Formats: sequence, C-alpha cells, structure tokens
Amino acid sequence: MSDTSAPSVAFVRDQMIPEQTPPLLEKGAIKWLRENLFSGWLNTILTLASLAVIWWSLAAIGPWLLNTVWNAESLRACRTILDGASGACFAVINDRWHQLLFGFYPTQHYWRPVLTFVLMIVALAPVLFTGLPRKALFFSAAYPFIAYHLLWGGSLWFPVGAALGFVAGYVAFVLVRKVNGLAAIFAAVLAPVFWWMFMAGPFDSVMSSVMPLGLEFIRSDRFGGFLISLVIGVTGISLSLPLGILLALGRQSDMVLLKSVCVIFIEFIRGVPLITLLFTASLLLNYFLPPGTSFDLILRVIIMVTLFAAAYMAEVIRGGLAALPRGQYEAADALGLDYWKAQRLIIMPQALKISIPGIVNTFIGLFKDTTLVVFIGLLDPIGLSNAIRADTNWNGIYWELFIFIGALFFVFCFGISRYSMYLERKLKTDHR
Amino acid sequence: MTKPAIELPVEREINTSQMKVSDEVAIQITGMNKWFGTFHVLRDIDITVNRGERIVVCGPSGSGKSTLIRCINRLEEHQSGQIIVDGTELTSDLKNIDKVRSEVGMVFQHFNLFPHLSILENCTLAPIWVRKTPRKEAEEIAMHFLEKVKIPEQALKYPGQLSGGQQQRVAIARSLCMKPRIMLFDEPTSALDPEMIKEVLDTMIALAEEGMTMICVTHEMGFAQAVANRVIFMDQGQIVEQNEPREFFNNPKSERTQLFLSQILGH
Ligand SMILES: Nc1ncnc2c1ncn2[C@@H]1O[C@H](COP(=O)(O)OP(=O)(O)OP(=O)(O)O)[C@@H](O)[C@H]1O
Ligand SMILES: [Mg+2]
Repeated sequence: MSDTSAPSVAFVRDQMIPEQTPPLLEKGAIKWLRENLFSGWLNTILTLASLAVIWWSLAAIGPWLLNTVWNAESLRACRTILDGASGACFAVINDRWHQLLFGFYPTQHYWRPVLTFVLMIVALAPVLFTGLPRKALFFSAAYPFIAYHLLWGGSLWFPVGAALGFVAGYVAFVLVRKVNGLAAIFAAVLAPVFWWMFMAGPFDSVMSSVMPLGLEFIRSDRFGGFLISLVIGVTGISLSLPLGILLALGRQSDMVLLKSVCVIFIEFIRGVPLITLLFTASLLLNYFLPPGTSFDLILRVIIMVTLFAAAYMAEVIRGGLAALPRGQYEAADALGLDYWKAQRLIIMPQALKISIPGIVNTFIGLFKDTTLVVFIGLLDPIGLSNAIRADTNWNGIYWELFIFIGALFFVFCFGISRYSMYLERKLKTDHR
Repeated sequence: MTKPAIELPVEREINTSQMKVSDEVAIQITGMNKWFGTFHVLRDIDITVNRGERIVVCGPSGSGKSTLIRCINRLEEHQSGQIIVDGTELTSDLKNIDKVRSEVGMVFQHFNLFPHLSILENCTLAPIWVRKTPRKEAEEIAMHFLEKVKIPEQALKYPGQLSGGQQQRVAIARSLCMKPRIMLFDEPTSALDPEMIKEVLDTMIALAEEGMTMICVTHEMGFAQAVANRVIFMDQGQIVEQNEPREFFNNPKSERTQLFLSQILGH
C-alpha cells in the first residue's frame, strides 16, 4: 500500500479504492434519528417528552381498544363479559350501526339510501375527475332528481315534473336569446317558476292517473344518522359553490342595487350564528309561508345551511378574484369575450383555483356543521347517539359511539381534503 | 448639433412592397375628450387612420398614450367626441363594442396571457368562443400564427414556461388568431431584455410588411423610423406634433418634441 510514497509530486494510483460501507453513524435510520430527533439538547428533551406522552396515551387507550367486546346486547352484558377488566364495548355499534347510518328509515327500504349513495359516487366522478367521459355529466345533472325520488319516494312524476321546470327554463332561454339577452335571462327564470306553480302539479296528477309509478313515500322524520348528514352536507356543498360565485360576482358588480343586495346578504349571514338560522328554519319560516304549505324541515335546513355556506364561499371567492391581475380582465375584453364568457373561461378558473384551500375549508366546515341540526330535533348521528343512550340497554355508553361517529366524519373530511390537494397539484400550471 | 443615428435593433431588410396606405378610413377620432374623475387625460384628440397605416405614438410618461389606444377598443370609455372604428361608432352599445373588439387586436406591455391555459388554448379560445370557429379549424389557425411568430414548438407549454419575448410573441399570435383588421400595441417591448426586444420587433415588422394597420405606443425609435409612416407625439393628453418619421426625427417643429427626442435619443 505504501509504495506510492515517492518524494515527487507526481502521483499515479495503482490500486482503486473499493466501495466501503458508510460509518455506522451516517447510516439511514440512525442518521435520520440524529438529525431529526436528537440534534440538540432541546430537541432531545422535546423528543423524550413526546415519546412519554405517546406512551401514556397508548398505555391508556391501547388495552381498552384491544380488549373490545364486539358481541353483546347491552352495556351490562359487556361489563359481565369484561369481568372488571378495562375494555371497549363496540358491541353497541354492532347492535345499532344501522340506526347511526339510516336513523329510523324503514329497514326494508335500506337499499334506497345505499343505492343513492352508490349513484352519488357515479354522479360525482365525472364532476371531480375531468379525465372521465363528458357525456357522464348528463347523469350527474339528473342525479339530484333520482336521489330525491329514491330517498323520499312518492310519485315518480313529481321529480320528473320538477326537472321539466329546468328544461322549460333552458328552452325559454334559448328561444328568447335570439331576440334579447336580458329578456332571455328573465325568461329563463320566469318559465320554470310558471311551470312549477301552475303546471307541475297538474302534470303530476295527470301522469300519475295515467301511469302510476313510484316508490313508497318515506316521511322526512324517519330520516336520520349519516343519511341526514350526507343529504344536508352534499346538497349544501353543491349548491353553496354556485351561489357563492354569484354572490361574489354580485358584490363586484357595477350595478349599485345588485351590489348592495349582495353585500347586505353576505354581511347579515356572516354576522349571525348558524344555530340561529337553524332555529329560524325550524320555527319562523312557518309564519312567513302561506298557511297550509307544509315545508319539509330537512329542506328548510338545507336552504339555511346553503345560504350560510354561500356567504362564506362568496368572501373566499372574492379573495380569489381580487388576487387576479387587471390585465386578465383586459385581455379577455380585448379579445371580444363578453362578461359571462370571460368569467367562465378566464376569470373563474383562475379565481377558483386560488381559492381552493378556502373553498375546501368552507365545505368541511359545512359538513361538520350539519351536526348542529340536533338542536332543532333532527336525528343526525349525534342526536341518535342520545337516542341510543336513552335505551336502558345502552344507558351510559359514550366513547364508543363518539369514536364511531368521529371516524366516519373523519373519513369524509379527509377525503375532501385529499381531493383538494390532488386538484391543486393538477391545476398547477403557473410554474412559479 | 449632429443628430445621432437612429438604429433599428434588428438586422434585416424591410420589404415595403405590400406596405401601402389606402384611402379607406380605418379609425376616425374626432374631438375626443376623456377624464379620469376631474383629471383631463385626453384633450380634443383628432386622428384619422387610413387602412394600412403604421402609426407610432410616443411621448413622456403619463401623457395619455396608453389611455388613447385603450379608448380605441373601449377598454377605457371616452366622455365626449367620436370614435369610429371600421365604420362602427363606439358608444355604450355593447353590440358595437363587441364588434369593434373582435376586429381590433391588442398587445399589452405585460403580455396578459392566460396562465391556466396552454399556448395553443390561449390562441384558440377567442376564435372558438367569439367567432364560433370549429375547434379543429381554430387549432390550425393557431398553429399557423404560432409558426409565423416562430414558436410552434411551444404550443403545448404553459405561459409560465416561456421567456418574456416568447410570451409576447404568443400574445401577438393570440390577437392575430382573431384575424383582426387593426392591431394596437401598448409598449410591447418595454418589459423585455434587449435580446427579446429584437424577436418581438421582428414579429411586428413582419406584420407591418403584410400591410396590417397598426398603432404602436413604443419608445423604439428605430422601429418608428424604419416601419412607421407617421409618428404622433403626445404630451399632457394632447397631440403636440405628428409627421412622417424622417421629418419628425430630423426636423421636429415643437420645442417639447425636441426636448423629448433629445432625452430619449440621449445626447
Ligand atoms: N384608471 C385611472 N384612473 C385615474 N387616473 C389614471 C388611470 N389610468 C391612468 N391614469 C392617469 O392618466 C394619465 C395618463 O396615463 P397613461 O397610462 O395613458 O399614460 P402613458 O402615456 O401610457 O404613460 P406611460 O408611458 O408611463 O405608460 C396618467 O397621469 C395616469 O396617472
Ligand atoms: Mg402606458
């Protein structure tokens, strides 16, 4: 080895150095630990303290979870099986999961909400993932009516009549647009209203007498559990986004009247707690509506939740709009795009992209806020957990129910959050 | 006092064979005034632009050059006087505004490309949605103009991936895809490095050679000298002097023009 030690500066290697393993300290796991957890005395203390906390929590919860009783018909039976040991009694979920999911929806009709849920995934897919065939959007458009019919049932011709209202609006818009743009918008609003007020009812009764089709009608007070959270949450989410966009645009508008209506609406809704709006929905709306109209409580709640989320949404989107440089509007104008085309093709895609985190915040907030409906007597999962405890069999059981409910909410909210991250990555085209 | 030579930063011969000014009027502005609040930005502007003219507008900062050309496609509203573009008078009538805008292309200082759309989509958007051109055809037109501005290979990239000069050429191509009869340029090169200025000027010269009616706000005096058939000098919202370029540069009449030229050409 040492025969290269000639006194000259010239150097020729006559033996290559073989690859060596790194010293132990620099190796993967230990290196990582040193760098991330024990890089200094403060970090070391924090690491040890965190480990202690994790250990304690696991020591407290672990045995309780591992020692779960899955089969028992009451809390007392659970305790007998556990025989004094600490253990969870998830038997309550086993016993009552159908109530937590469906409320008091008739058991023989469970297939209806399940089918609605499956179809919801089918309907959402083309909306969420642009790679799917665009034709599938027709099903997405029809889905609300299908879902209504599946969940509530009644005459098939009622949702068909409601859907025809939208068709009427569209036809009116297309016909009148050739004459005048503004009149076309009026026609598009008036035609469906006219249809719903005067034609939809007779249409329903005539068609029902000719061809009585339909599912058994299920009253709203049988709805409960996650079914109700999803119905309110999903409807609220899908309605609050477009409404929020319109409100944000209205707030930016040059038309003073429109602008002040939007500002007042947004500020009013944001200034009032949701629970007040829900009480309003459950009590006051009855006074305002003409006597004799029975207005479904779930529908009222959906309206309130939607309005509430829309006000927040409008502000989130306004932030996105404000972040767009003026040049984008000018370029759109200079190319001859009219207001709506510019909004749809240039402004909104960018503003919404900027606002994704805020929009998703609002969505998740809305979904979790659906649990507030327990205060106006709707049996959402929390309400049902109370109902389950009211049964002497399960009197005194808390944690297991809340863990189950929490886990289900978490799955949905986490899913929304992951989707939004996927979307942000996909839409990232600015390469900044 | 000897005048410094005004040089075109582009080494190329200019082919003037198609650069003809016709008798047909393209833009007629008469007695036009505009205020921002109480500030009188444009005062009594009278300009007639014939088809095929290449006009360079120059003047000190804040003199109202941008405002003037933005009035021509109604990005700014004028309060009195008349602007007639291609026989259509600009009033608050939205139909007229849309008509004018679809015949007048505009290129901005900061490009204003749509960052969420690819280069190709930037170019096909307006033809598809405003002109109702079928997508296939719109894409062919877009590729044609992208070739003209010499960047067809960038068609599928996004604006954020291009250099400033390339972005500005895309912006020019995007306007051309609407087959405009008039092009407005608002300092198209002033946000660019010298190397990129060349490529954009080159594109503009090519456009002039084809006989496009152009109004350019620019401080590229070489471009004005070589391409323009008329130079308009503005100060404090009014037209102070206009002349054909040789006379304008060699023999400016007004003191303001002389001062401006001496500043910008650097003695
Ligand atoms: N939206 C606006 N509101 C109020 N004042 C404005 C507005 N836009 C421009 N101005 C004012 O009008 C005057 C003319 O502006 P303009 O942008 O037309 O100048 P310019 O000649 O293009 O200048 P530059 O060479 O710096 O681009 C300036 O004094 C400017 O401050
Ligand atoms: Mg300017």
